[in-house]
Amino acid sequence: MDRNPFFFQHYGLTENDLERYLAAALSAGGDYADLYFEYLSSTTLSVDESMVKSASQGISAGCGIRVISGERTGYAYTDDLSPARILHAAKTAALIASGPAKTPSAGFQQKAARSLYPVTLPSVDAEITAKVELVMRADAAARAYDPRIKEVRANYGDELRNILVVGSEGTFAEDSQPLARMNVSCIARNETNSARGSSGGGGRVALDFFFGEKTPEYFAKESARQAILQLDAREAPAGDMEVVLGPGWPGVLLHEAVGHGLEADFNRKQTSAFAGLIGKKVASEKCTVVDNGTMPWRRGSLNVDDEGHQTQETVLIEKGILKGYLSDKLSAKLMGMADTGNGRRESYEHIPMPRMTNTYMLAGEDDPEDIIRSVKRGVYAVNFGGGQVDITNGKFVFSASEAYLIEDGHVTAPIRGATLIGNGPDALTRVSMVGNDLKLDEGIGTCGKDGQAVPVGVGMPTTKLDRMTVGGTARKDPGGFMQ
Amino acid sequence: MISTVQQESAPETTTDLKQLAHDLVLRAMSGGATAAECVIREGDEFSTLVRLGQVETLKEAGSKSIGLRVFRGQRAASTHSSDFSREGLDRMLNSALELAKITSEDPFGGIPEPSQLGSLSGDLDLYSPDVYSLPGEERISYARRAEKAALDSDPRIKNSEGGSFDAATGHKILANSHGFIGEYQRSYCSVAAVPIAQDEKGAMQRDYWYSVARNLDRLESPEHIGKMAAQRALRRLGARKVKTQHVPVVLDPLVATSILQHLFEGVNGDSVYRGASFLAGKLGQLIAAPNVTVIDDGTIVGGFGTSPFDGEGIPTRRTVVIEKGLLNSYLLNTYTAKKLGLQTTANASRGLAGTPGIGPGNYFLQQGARTPPQLIGDVKEGLYVTEFLGMGVNLVTGDYSRGASGLWISGGELTYPVEEITVAGNLKDMFMNISEIANDLEFRGAVASPTIRIDGLTVGGE
Repeated sequence: MDRNPFFFQHYGLTENDLERYLAAALSAGGDYADLYFEYLSSTTLSVDESMVKSASQGISAGCGIRVISGERTGYAYTDDLSPARILHAAKTAALIASGPAKTPSAGFQQKAARSLYPVTLPSVDAEITAKVELVMRADAAARAYDPRIKEVRANYGDELRNILVVGSEGTFAEDSQPLARMNVSCIARNETNSARGSSGGGGRVALDFFFGEKTPEYFAKESARQAILQLDAREAPAGDMEVVLGPGWPGVLLHEAVGHGLEADFNRKQTSAFAGLIGKKVASEKCTVVDNGTMPWRRGSLNVDDEGHQTQETVLIEKGILKGYLSDKLSAKLMGMADTGNGRRESYEHIPMPRMTNTYMLAGEDDPEDIIRSVKRGVYAVNFGGGQVDITNGKFVFSASEAYLIEDGHVTAPIRGATLIGNGPDALTRVSMVGNDLKLDEGIGTCGKDGQAVPVGVGMPTTKLDRMTVGGTARKDPGGFMQ
Repeated sequence: MISTVQQESAPETTTDLKQLAHDLVLRAMSGGATAAECVIREGDEFSTLVRLGQVETLKEAGSKSIGLRVFRGQRAASTHSSDFSREGLDRMLNSALELAKITSEDPFGGIPEPSQLGSLSGDLDLYSPDVYSLPGEERISYARRAEKAALDSDPRIKNSEGGSFDAATGHKILANSHGFIGEYQRSYCSVAAVPIAQDEKGAMQRDYWYSVARNLDRLESPEHIGKMAAQRALRRLGARKVKTQHVPVVLDPLVATSILQHLFEGVNGDSVYRGASFLAGKLGQLIAAPNVTVIDDGTIVGGFGTSPFDGEGIPTRRTVVIEKGLLNSYLLNTYTAKKLGLQTTANASRGLAGTPGIGPGNYFLQQGARTPPQLIGDVKEGLYVTEFLGMGVNLVTGDYSRGASGLWISGGELTYPVEEITVAGNLKDMFMNISEIANDLEFRGAVASPTIRIDGLTVGGE
């Protein structure tokens, strides 16, 4: 094999070493062992009060060693990549098993890899002055948008994660994963009110993305627009009503309502509200939902997952019928299903588990304007903060940061932020119209599960739900609400 | 058979790491810095999860990392690394010195004055090596006993996400160019259970309970934890929605703690000086009901939020944040204190990277005299909240809207469980409308609250 991976170059690792470490990991038996080497370099910059107040760079490197024995997982890691420490960690992880030593398969096989983010110069190695320019331009553009914009914070962060995953059955996968993101947050003030706005985006892109495709001015204006809009927002209604979700980031609905509940670990353990529902109707026939880790440049995409398995596009719901789960190696093996390449982890310190990549609903046939026109009284929500779900009872929330009333088929007044709450297994059965305008989010999503954060993407077309509970405060009905 | 492996080589001693921090500060100064600060953190962690009686995961590891913050006049930058090799440290140092050339001059920047620096004396009882004293089998047994107690407590507990036992120790060293060098160690252990209850229709509800302590002796029994967790899951079975209405809301201590955390963010100097807090400009004003007194105290012996010095090397202290409803003090670090023309409250929190933030010491709402059942007994119709979902809190405006579940209060009694509802209001009004505070304050972390009652909220449902 012709290989010169990062860790061979920088740490003098050899295939021999890898075999020795895997043998130590299987020294007490076990069905499978793997090593995850990670070298992460990162930069962050922030501008506040028009000053670059903070600049930071960091390096984090280590190796995580996992041993699987039946349903049991032993895990140990070290941030010292010397052979003695890695062997020590391997022997610690090995203690999960109790039996005669096993021998890892001889030799490694490296599969042809995708190249979803072929950056020539990773942004983490680009000139810092160019990154300073980005945050300063964002600050200027947000302030220029409107004199009522009083505070602006712009952040830029990038990283390059070099990984090498080797498994006792011969897996050998390496990847170099760039990730960059910009955020602009604003506070607007008038005589009586204050309001906030925020916007951001990025992906597995090089620095030039922010000088061409999505500029600091783009994010700055969007952030400032939201803050100004919110100055005059009125109280949100409360109770059950029709809800129209705009395209893009509102796809966080799918992430919470169905995505987490379809992660294979919860279904293997029968702790998900979706357990046992494969082949059953869980959404209206207008809904087809996929998880797709293979979209070029996307924040949630990966050439290989953190277990060295190729990512893929997985259909979760097809025309309303539940089709499949998102699996990692352990769940796939224990459930007798295919590994969908969704085994992810936050870092070498963490055990991989099934996670989403980019999760979205396919476009439908409805004209977004017709969707709005069909609503007599309801809420049109276009931007969200974040969400959360209780996997077991299926209840999920997501919080609108930009939303409007719909009155007699027209979008009218902006309303204050409100949480929307629903029940995962039946929320999508109430989808009555799906727009032809599928959009993915700008690339700012981070998903947390069991204390592990990983970057993800979401997306959806304009979508109408016939009933959802809106958590506003309005006591009086401004125009027929809360009947 | 499970046992632990001993370290093959002795870890570097404390003296070595203190010397290293000190040396890096000196090297930064001779490399052109006008002030410098170095932090080193090392720690060990152990965790195990037992599910349906079987060990599911065992994790054990140690780690170490270093961070450096340098100033060139009024320009600051920071770097961090997990690479303690000569080259790794050189690179971290040089990057910091280079990076500090491109940031802006900020007249309010800098490390604290020498006279402010120091460390609380005496034993703060933060570290007990006994969290690691249990043999491997015993640790697993803690997790197993907690889960078993939950599973055995009722036939409707049919499944489980497991029982767990965790232990960790941490060691922190801070050195700066005024000659400050401080260090402390802290330990932690916890036991938890997450059972799942199922009703006759197959509907499932999950809940949890846990105990956390700085040493093993103070940990509650795994059996107690398991039983509590089971009761919490069982009482959620058969939950329904309610109609949209305005009723008194009683928050159990865990969810009341989340409200206190929003208050913490509101008095956090970083949001205050930027006008990003609904409490900016309110110092000395009435911002809460007269029965509300909130204290931050980083000096409580054995506390979860206790440390001998803050993230900048200033001895921790006790600060009355709200006194009988009046906003008495913000919580500040050196930078935000200078920005606001005030004195630091020694609440600097220092991660490895970036500028110091602001974190709580032991931060709590002073308890009242009545019991939680007495509080509930006063409510004719209302909501007892046991869980909030989501992040619908806007600290700029105070707007508050979150998903909730809990129990319905009727005629002064807890009756049926409710879920898939929202609770909404505005934090400004919510603090003014804390009409009752119970007598059940208990620390399960650095932030703690007793049961409270808030009036005037909107419950959103059918």
